[in-house]
Amino acid sequence: MSIWEYANPKKFLTTSERLLPPLWGLSAVLMLGGLIWGFFFTPDDYRQGATVKIIYLHVPAALMAINAWFMMLVASLIWVIRRHHVSALAARAAAPVGIVMTLIALVTGAIWGQPMWGTWWAWDPRLTSFLVLFLFYLGYIALWEAIDNPDTAADLTAILCLVGSVFAVLSRYAVNFWNQGLHQGASLSLDKEENVADVFAYPLYACMAGFAVFFVALVFYRTGTEIRARRMAALIARERMAADA
Amino acid sequence: MPDLGKYTDTVLSAYGVSLLLLLGLLVLTLRRGAKIRARLREVEHRIERNG
Repeated sequence: MSIWEYANPKKFLTTSERLLPPLWGLSAVLMLGGLIWGFFFTPDDYRQGATVKIIYLHVPAALMAINAWFMMLVASLIWVIRRHHVSALAARAAAPVGIVMTLIALVTGAIWGQPMWGTWWAWDPRLTSFLVLFLFYLGYIALWEAIDNPDTAADLTAILCLVGSVFAVLSRYAVNFWNQGLHQGASLSLDKEENVADVFAYPLYACMAGFAVFFVALVFYRTGTEIRARRMAALIARERMAADA
Repeated sequence: MPDLGKYTDTVLSAYGVSLLLLLGLLVLTLRRGAKIRARLREVEHRIERNG
């Protein structure tokens, strides 16, 4: 039993069909549980007041925005090295999920920043690198749509993904690279002093797990859709060729 | 509903926009999936019928 078995579209479809119901269920339980816990049953922060409740959306979305790009990078590299179509389609399937996560992180950040920093936006290293990451997602999706040949599209988007990874890394570590800007350091840390208080951390962990499982479920489902769309296009092309012959 | 004080609009708008985006993504994903499944089934039946 090898992981490369899942490069077979049929094997991928049967396995993902089996995994999807528990993944949807688990993501719903974790996300709803975490959000309800965080929204209704946690106190206000002594400095940020009730705005701290935005953390349960902002941090998991930002985390998935970056991780989605890394997942796309791994899938793209598998495509480039081993030419497995399923991995190229998985990268394509993850991009719209990643862009929505990036948008949520940007919008909730702006809404949260306004009362805390007195501005919706600042050209701060983390904010700027996230905006660039958002633009890379847009370019990646546009490139897939713009090229008719799926293999060429997979090749070119893989290169774009590789280049964009620099900004994904910057998005994650910008607050460590530069000690300037408005954005605070990481909310979660192994250092107890730096970490958010447990009362906020536990529902946050639930939300982060929920967003991660939701991402996996969406990518499995969307990759299945991409595989079926590819098969449909191949069947239609074969049908046309037979009609022309 | 917890008392969000002067930040009611801020917190509710952040939750509103985020949940709308997440729900929109889910609905569009499921709709496209169902559409492609149905069209593929149609094409496969047609090919089967026509040999």
